Amino acid sequence: MSFLGKYISNVFGAIRSLWKGMKLTGYYFTHHKEIITQQYPDNKDTLLLPERFRGEVVMPHDENNEHACTGCTACELACPNGTIKIITKFDIAPDGRKKKAIDTFVYHLELCTMCNLCIEACPTDAIKMAQTFEHSVFDRNELTKKLNKPGSRIREGIE
Amino acid sequence: MLSFENISNAIHNWLYHSFSPTTALWLEFVLVAVCVISLFSFLGLVLILMERKVSAWMQVRLGPNRVGPKGMFQTVADTLKLIVKESMTPDGADKLLFNLAPFIVMIIAMMLMAPFMFARGFQIWDINIGVLFFTAVSSISVIGILMAGWASNNKYSLLGAMRSGAQIVSYELSAGLSILCIIVLTGSLRISDIIASQENGWWIFKGHIPVIIAFVTFIIAVTAETNRAPFDMAEAESELTAGFHTEYSGMKFALFFLAEYINIFIVCALGATLFLGGWMPLHVGHWQGFNHIMDYIPSSIWFFGKTFFLVFVIMWFRWTFPRLRIDQLLNLEWKYLLPISMVNLLLVTLMAILGWHF
Repeated sequence: MSFLGKYISNVFGAIRSLWKGMKLTGYYFTHHKEIITQQYPDNKDTLLLPERFRGEVVMPHDENNEHACTGCTACELACPNGTIKIITKFDIAPDGRKKKAIDTFVYHLELCTMCNLCIEACPTDAIKMAQTFEHSVFDRNELTKKLNKPGSRIREGIE
Repeated sequence: MLSFENISNAIHNWLYHSFSPTTALWLEFVLVAVCVISLFSFLGLVLILMERKVSAWMQVRLGPNRVGPKGMFQTVADTLKLIVKESMTPDGADKLLFNLAPFIVMIIAMMLMAPFMFARGFQIWDINIGVLFFTAVSSISVIGILMAGWASNNKYSLLGAMRSGAQIVSYELSAGLSILCIIVLTGSLRISDIIASQENGWWIFKGHIPVIIAFVTFIIAVTAETNRAPFDMAEAESELTAGFHTEYSGMKFALFFLAEYINIFIVCALGATLFLGGWMPLHVGHWQGFNHIMDYIPSSIWFFGKTFFLVFVIMWFRWTFPRLRIDQLLNLEWKYLLPISMVNLLLVTLMAILGWHF
């Protein structure tokens, strides 16, 4: 009789698992607050993007026009399609020593796939993903960006 | 009181009063055809919109919401688009069968409307073998599908049609056996008799657990018979592009699409008639007040409400379950549904003989 018991428990197990799935879709069907669709052009002002949305790479600067990039080129090495090019220079530190620093952080938005590998590679959290996504322009030169602002320096204490 | 029964009787009397019987009969044919065709187009628009809305809400989306208020005219716009599109016939196709197939599928769906009772006393043809007529005619639709698959001269279409054939032929058995449960309890194949026998309670309440099992089997089997997910092996977008209607475009595609939804409506109408009492209102034992309030709701609303509830259940299946493999599909039928419904039929017969049902 064990085969019959197995057969019946099979049937009941199937019904239970199917009901579990139907309960979830039934929950979503009756709870319209869970809908995550953004009606984009209509709600441009109140657009709510998820925190982890990856729009483009930016380099945050603080109020003294200082950033955290040491010019280590870890992001350039991590990038799978050569989106980032870092041009370094040598600053003269106050004590007279030469110190490596970035001259220009070149970012090719047109090559970027928003894979987030450069942000993960950065040891000093100097770059991050912004939530902007309206990137279309008429001239593709505008897509090649310099991320460090003119005259910016590295923040004190970051090695 | 204004009801479908009174209107149809008034038209019937007026026609026979003012014309000769032959002319009146022909005029009635024309009227019925117009009614059925308009019901078809209306159902097509409503059911497709309903499917899109239900699927969207189940997948945490909004669904169509741009055309008309709340997206209500989306399907009208889609239909207009399909009418304007070119209906292509591929070069290597069997021209006659290719062009005939959608119409066969459609005509069979139309024929299936005949025995149903849409409201109290409102029926096209009260034939004494109504349920048999339904099971017999609905199994012809597989010929239309096979025809479409074969005539398309396309591997995908043929594979889809063959799968559909295997599926419909096997699932017809358990659908038939679960329909038989109600026939055993009622003792009649006439739809009006079956509805009349549920005056004091729907079969799903009167028939204890065996009828509930029959109901579940019926719903599963008709989901498979109408080629709906999770049994949509005939279409299987990810494997066969669109199965038997891969090569169809324009209005001929629309006919297949429409027939699919009409078939869902029809099998759900049958389910509502057999298990949920057709147009009979919900009555609970001796609650006189409650029963009186229920009687005030028109019978057509009861019928369409029950049918649309079952349509919703079938849509719920579609947007919850993943598609079965062909071997799993046939396993389910031959190893589970068929033995269960056979034993169930025996139980129901025993119940009917000993009078255990209410």
